Amino acid sequence: MPNLYKLMIDGHEVSAEGELTLIQVCEQAGVEIPRFCYHERLSIAGNCRMCLVEVVGAPKPVASCAMQVRDLRPGRDGSPPQVRTSGQLVEKARHGVMEFLLINHPLDCPICDQGGECDLQDQAMAYGIDFSRYIEPKRAVDDLDLGPLVETHMTRCISCTRCVRFTTEVAGITQMGQIGRGEDAEITSYLNSTLDSNLQGNIIDLCPVGALTSKPYAFVARPWELAKTETIDVMDALGSNIRVDTRGRDVMRILPRNHDGINQEWISDKTRFVWDGLACQRLDRPYVRRSRGLEAVDWDTALTAAASAISAGRKLSAIAGDLAPVEAAFALRQLIEANGGVCECRVDGAALARDNRSAYAGTARIEDVDAAKRIVLIGTNPRVEAPVLNARIRLAWLNGAEVGQFGDAEKLTYDCHALGSDIEGLRSYCESLTDESTSGMLVIVGQPALRQNGGDRILALALELARRGAGLLFLHSAAGRVGALDVGFSCDGGIEAALSGANVVFNLGADEIDIPDGPQVIYQGSHGDRGAHRADIILPSAAYTEESAIFVNTEGRPQLARRAAFPPGQARENWAIVRALSGVMNKPLKFDTLAQLRSTVFASVPHLERIDEVPVNELRPLPVRSGRNSPISSGSDSFYLSNAISRSSAVMAEMASLGNAKRQPERMAA
Amino acid sequence: MLSDKDRIFTNLYGFEDCSLAGAHKRGHWDGTAELMARGRNWIIDQVKASGLRGRGGAGFPTGLKWSFMPRKSDGRPHYLVVNADESEPGTCKDREIMRHEPHTLVEGSLLAGFAMGAEVGYIYIRGEFIRERQLLQKAIDEAYDAGLLGDNAASSGWRFDLYLHHGAGAYICGEETALLESLEGKKGMPRMKPPFPAAIGLWGCPTTVNNVESIAVVPTILRRGAEWFAGLGSKNNTGTKIFAISGHVNSPCVVEEEMAIPLRELIDRHCGGVRGGWSNLKAVIPGGASVPLLPRHICDNALMEFTWLSDNGSGLGTAAVIVMDESTDVIKAIWRLSKFYKHESCGQCTPCREGTGWMMRVMDRLVRGEADVAEIDMLHDVSKQVEGHTICALGDAAAWPIQGLIRHFRHEMEERIASCNRQANRMAA
Repeated sequence: MPNLYKLMIDGHEVSAEGELTLIQVCEQAGVEIPRFCYHERLSIAGNCRMCLVEVVGAPKPVASCAMQVRDLRPGRDGSPPQVRTSGQLVEKARHGVMEFLLINHPLDCPICDQGGECDLQDQAMAYGIDFSRYIEPKRAVDDLDLGPLVETHMTRCISCTRCVRFTTEVAGITQMGQIGRGEDAEITSYLNSTLDSNLQGNIIDLCPVGALTSKPYAFVARPWELAKTETIDVMDALGSNIRVDTRGRDVMRILPRNHDGINQEWISDKTRFVWDGLACQRLDRPYVRRSRGLEAVDWDTALTAAASAISAGRKLSAIAGDLAPVEAAFALRQLIEANGGVCECRVDGAALARDNRSAYAGTARIEDVDAAKRIVLIGTNPRVEAPVLNARIRLAWLNGAEVGQFGDAEKLTYDCHALGSDIEGLRSYCESLTDESTSGMLVIVGQPALRQNGGDRILALALELARRGAGLLFLHSAAGRVGALDVGFSCDGGIEAALSGANVVFNLGADEIDIPDGPQVIYQGSHGDRGAHRADIILPSAAYTEESAIFVNTEGRPQLARRAAFPPGQARENWAIVRALSGVMNKPLKFDTLAQLRSTVFASVPHLERIDEVPVNELRPLPVRSGRNSPISSGSDSFYLSNAISRSSAVMAEMASLGNAKRQPERMAA
Repeated sequence: MLSDKDRIFTNLYGFEDCSLAGAHKRGHWDGTAELMARGRNWIIDQVKASGLRGRGGAGFPTGLKWSFMPRKSDGRPHYLVVNADESEPGTCKDREIMRHEPHTLVEGSLLAGFAMGAEVGYIYIRGEFIRERQLLQKAIDEAYDAGLLGDNAASSGWRFDLYLHHGAGAYICGEETALLESLEGKKGMPRMKPPFPAAIGLWGCPTTVNNVESIAVVPTILRRGAEWFAGLGSKNNTGTKIFAISGHVNSPCVVEEEMAIPLRELIDRHCGGVRGGWSNLKAVIPGGASVPLLPRHICDNALMEFTWLSDNGSGLGTAAVIVMDESTDVIKAIWRLSKFYKHESCGQCTPCREGTGWMMRVMDRLVRGEADVAEIDMLHDVSKQVEGHTICALGDAAAWPIQGLIRHFRHEMEERIASCNRQANRMAA
């Protein structure tokens, strides 16, 4: 039981832990304190002075964001300390601070993208005064070039330093800082460098004013004209909680939502800025390949062609891509197996065990990173594969956790010592562990490790580490992978067995694989990418923002994505296309609505019904076979162009080419 | 008037040998080990009993401050930090100590460090003090060579290392927590308090930051006894004090005097009086740039001590007396201070960052009279909005001189505005 302190807030007695600051206690007590620099996930700066409150007996008002409960003195008679969050003293302080913040802030709200969701605007309304006494010239500050994602209007900056604290503490980069003194102090980037982080977009959300805004979203929409939909991201396998803002049919921007267990309140730049890819390269009508190439046709023609191809197929196989939703995978599997075909979702050949949930969803949760004392990365570069998870690992490292890796990941945002470089090294490390040394250990296995030669041995060794007491987390790169495995969209022998000898392939949005020449390919997907190029029949479908669907994230947590906009043109929801195809084949699947489909899914895979719960997976170790030794790779460092949607995004393309240009001199030097 | 036998800094003017040999002759480093042998608590009790108040400006009782340090280390080292970043306009008392009496500071550091369980002390010296740094470093080197510092310092059995760190010339680094930040190699910006340095200070360890003069007087207090020191001055304002008198006096000087000496006596006896006689006096800033000025009628009876000055709307501060005679444009004088604070504000917290510039600009116009009378009240209001709302005391320091000006010389400001308006009307006609 923590030691509770009694204090009075505006005359009401509350008990609070000594470590809490007054602003937190007031929040718990339902009293709102205005603030600019304070942010609960960043260190305390105490520089905006907006949160001043009166502590009875203190000579001056105190900053409630920095004052801890245990530092308060009780009254002379032993009565609990009294805090007042209103009254003349506090109001005067707030008016004063508000006025100071505004004297050098430009009055350009009408042309400011932050307008309507600006902390300064809102708090000026609530706590400010309605006239200006300042008649001197206002300060102007040169803008920074932070790259293609973050636009700056530094004259609007109120020097709260949230961006500096975020980039140094969470993102782990050191480019941002404050230089100059007094009123000449300004936020800047070191030698005018752009930000080298996959999390930089978060400073846009953090900025309480319009100093840092989104460049791709600049002057595009006003917040009050957008419809907001709370949904799930699929750009990486974390399943970050997001809010998609739409105007009409168009997605205008993507913002993070808070989920303590997954993304806290950060999202990666790919998640945030991919939205222009949702409007480009879209498959908006069905196509059938004829002598002159792909020809646009109507749905009836396309479905009939697909139905006859499936019925005529000698060997039928279906593959599911990285972004396939659970319902579509389940429905497609029913359709394919009814026609004697096989299914496979591990299109990259990852050695995930198909019928052993502990061997593809692990035994640990993302949250467990926080408390881990030792984190072992096996063949993964979290900075590329899941930047938000990487930030969490960095947080654990800042709190004292040790991080080690098997692999060759570079430029992580924390000290990561090499534990070994090959499979034999992993095996001997595994054997050297005792039960004590695995306490507080978390093993994170990346897909690059499982894709390579000997991936099955690495998997078995990772499970062996878990058997010896470590937590096990698989870091998937595909948002649909765990869900597809959960509904059994896999076969023995993996992708090679599935594709060998197949003469008809149903491709559910798999763009990360080259299907060999020969088989007839039915492609169902949202974007004209690699899969569509190889296709003979194209069935256009919805992207992740355009249908309600379940996705299971990398830790095995089912989450519900909601529809924020309608699919373009004639594109339809994934499950509905499969259902329609089964109808055309005269073998209708036994559901007519999404609700019916879901209840079938839940009946066969019960844990999917418990949305947002991470099922506990029973650990089932695999035998550790001997085999050839090979080095463990952490994969490539391409972040921006990892799926069909991001490859269709101009912003992502620009970021990728900038990244390549940045790396070029290093290569030349090497 | 302080008699010569009660002076602590007998070589304040550097007429004698400043080296260790000279310091020995003047009685410094005499029996240091015996003083330390009486124990930490004895030293702290003596300093408490002497009534010594911090000489850096705030006047916090030094012994009490030392007693905040943990009695026993919890594994973290303790640090003594000496604030030699003397940058307050008008103040030059520590400079004289470091130039001519450096061994009082070195010996005081050893005793203070021992009293608070610190084996390491840092002296943070102002960037502009080049010669002073060389002289002080020489004194430290001498002390090391003579075995007065280092392992078994002064044969006391206590290990004490003293480092001299050179600042880069920012006024704000004289604020104790900004000083610690700067010492740690970061940008000199004040920290939030609490936690106070005695709990979490330099590199997160218990630390006490003291002014040069506060440390330099300690050896003599211990040698001559707390009663001797407490017998000088007045109640709550004991001991001797170094005053630095500058401005419109016939011979500006730095002088050690008894606390609570009347201002007029101080100026007449040591500085040859105000230029043109006492009746030519316009105002005095009694404690360095950051305290409100006092007009002549208050100066007539002023006592140079913490209590009297704060009761009369000013403060002793660093006891840097800035004298202004009737020829002074007092508005411009305060504008110059505003400009200083605007330049030296660190920019961390809003009221000071934005307020100092605003106040300076309004002062700028008030100097020329190009303002509205109502702006005087507005300026006062703005200064009140800065005061007390900032992280450190620089905001207060920027506000007080202006408040003092408005309190005592409002008529002059109004007259300036009126004459400016008259002139403008003439030009228009």
